[in-house]
Amino acid sequence: MTREEVFERLTEVFRNVFDDDTIELSETTTSKDIEDWDSFEHINLIVAVEKEFSIKVPMGKVTTMKDVGEMVDIILQESGAV
Amino acid sequence: MRELEYPFDGDYIIMKKKALRRELLKKEKLLPLRIAVLGGYTTDDIVKVLELFLLNSGIKPTFYESEYNRYYEDAMFENGELEAFKPEIIFICTSVRNITDFPDINDSAETVENKFKTECERLEAMWQRLDRVYGCPIIQNNYEYPSERLLGNRDFWDIHGAVNFTLRLNAFIGEYASSHGKFYVHDVNYLSSLYGLEKWSDPFYWHMYKYAVSVPAIPRFAFNLSNIIKSLMGKNRKVLMLDLDNTLWGGVIGDDGEDNIEIGQETSLGQTYSEFQKYIKSLSSLGILLAINSKNDEETALKGLRRPDTVLSPEDFAVKRINWEPKSENLISAAEELSLLPESFVFVDDNPAEREIVRANNKGTAVPEIGDRPEYYKDIIDRSGFFEITELSEDDLKRKSMYKANAERRESRTQFTDYGEYLRSLDMKGEIGDFIPAYMSRIAQLTNKSNQFNLTTKRYTQNEIEEAEREDDTITIYGKLSDRFGDNGVVSVVIGRIRDQECHIELWIMSCRVLKRDMEFAMMDELVKKCTERKVSTIFGYYYPTAKNAMVKEFYALQGFEKISEDEDGNTVWRFDIKEDYAKKNRYIDVCSGV
Repeated sequence: MTREEVFERLTEVFRNVFDDDTIELSETTTSKDIEDWDSFEHINLIVAVEKEFSIKVPMGKVTTMKDVGEMVDIILQESGAV
Repeated sequence: MRELEYPFDGDYIIMKKKALRRELLKKEKLLPLRIAVLGGYTTDDIVKVLELFLLNSGIKPTFYESEYNRYYEDAMFENGELEAFKPEIIFICTSVRNITDFPDINDSAETVENKFKTECERLEAMWQRLDRVYGCPIIQNNYEYPSERLLGNRDFWDIHGAVNFTLRLNAFIGEYASSHGKFYVHDVNYLSSLYGLEKWSDPFYWHMYKYAVSVPAIPRFAFNLSNIIKSLMGKNRKVLMLDLDNTLWGGVIGDDGEDNIEIGQETSLGQTYSEFQKYIKSLSSLGILLAINSKNDEETALKGLRRPDTVLSPEDFAVKRINWEPKSENLISAAEELSLLPESFVFVDDNPAEREIVRANNKGTAVPEIGDRPEYYKDIIDRSGFFEITELSEDDLKRKSMYKANAERRESRTQFTDYGEYLRSLDMKGEIGDFIPAYMSRIAQLTNKSNQFNLTTKRYTQNEIEEAEREDDTITIYGKLSDRFGDNGVVSVVIGRIRDQECHIELWIMSCRVLKRDMEFAMMDELVKKCTERKVSTIFGYYYPTAKNAMVKEFYALQGFEKISEDEDGNTVWRFDIKEDYAKKNRYIDVCSGV
């Protein structure tokens, strides 16, 4: 799985969770850029990401990721792609 | 909405809940409902997903959510916000993590007993205060099993075991439910076992977000909870309509012959169908009506239900449609025969094409995706919550015989040429009077279930019904009707408010079962009597049209009212002046006043 593929699938997850088809993700997208991305929606986002990529995000990393780039790093690590 | 019907994909619901909500909010004629959620852990997603399931059933909830883990404080102390919210249902969302003081292995038996009592008293104090202050139905989670067993298997029976302690508390919650009205248990213990406790209580979600139920399990949780609420709001289904070939038995009776279909104890497949039939038979003993909808030759098909090893027999079915008509049309004509709406029906068929036809043509009918594996039919129907029993009234247990009696009545009607002669032959007895405690729950149920014969479609909780009965300026009348075929129970309710010596009819409903039996006139006679007693000489009636109540559009004209206004939406106002020589309109029912 390449970084681009992760971005593509992750964008779809974001669009579903936030019900907004205009969302475009970049390495530096943060919760400030997406209107409904609060701590509650973050839970749903993680659950959806885990499902999409068949991974389990370690507890320590759930709340510390600072932007989408870091989220992609975690996905690549946890799915054994790197 | 298919996505929200059991069996559903919970992960999908969690992910798409915003889009699903947007779609559901387009629905019209939703029933508003105020629910207070008093949580012992995070309830954010529980509330959001519960909202989806309720919207899908035609209920539009608004929520009060307590601050994190403030359920006890909210229940026990004055709370202006909650009081202003005026909850119609209170849900106490606690888990095994909210048990305050588990026994310690060194505790004496007496100490353990004291801890148990303390825990029980704490719960009971909460329920009683809530009932006193808010008076609405309370739904309480029971406890899932603890995740750890310090004593291993011994935890089950040793008084120091957490498992033992939890089971005892659950028994206490159950005893309270069985001895108190308006108190319902959300059986989390059963549900978590069904789901798998390891996944249900995944500690990740507790430590990350303080969810005592894992987020992926929340749709199951919210669905199960919504079934209790739907049932309380009168949204239960009433009829289970079944296909025959490959649904009630294996094989096609028209091709294979009645001797070769799979039913009975001889083969595993036969046993599977027998078990399914047995489950259906049990449902019918709860008052759920059974119906057949099958493409077959009737005579041939019924042979399948006359085999010596069949569980269900033709007499178990209130209506049968065994013919070559489209199943969607059969369903409509069956609904008409039973004086019910298609949305009261659950349609079960192994054939996906038939399911699709009914889904497309009978809006509101529940059509579960039962799949093609008969061994799972029963579980899917059972877990869909179509017939969730919150109040098991005697009326429910009798309903089956009431409908059967109705069919007999229809039959005897055909023997009379004069309708009045027929009505006289029914030997009808009415009991009409002020609301009394024994009927409050049935009356509230009726106000929420009646859609067709309902002039104003105003809904009441049991609490509001009790209040109306207490108020001095309110006339409350219930009517029961029995005849030589059976007792129909409480079938009609009228509520009128008196202002300036005029009576305004706020609610007039009647069960369609007793249409054209003079019951509406008997109720009018009583209303006039009650008004006269209070020196009220003018009555105002109101008709507000909905999608379902066209049948009573001219009801007040029939009663001798005069139409005084009509607006562009078709809302009409009617006036009736009580003359001194008012002649009773009911001619066929022998009325006595209530207790």
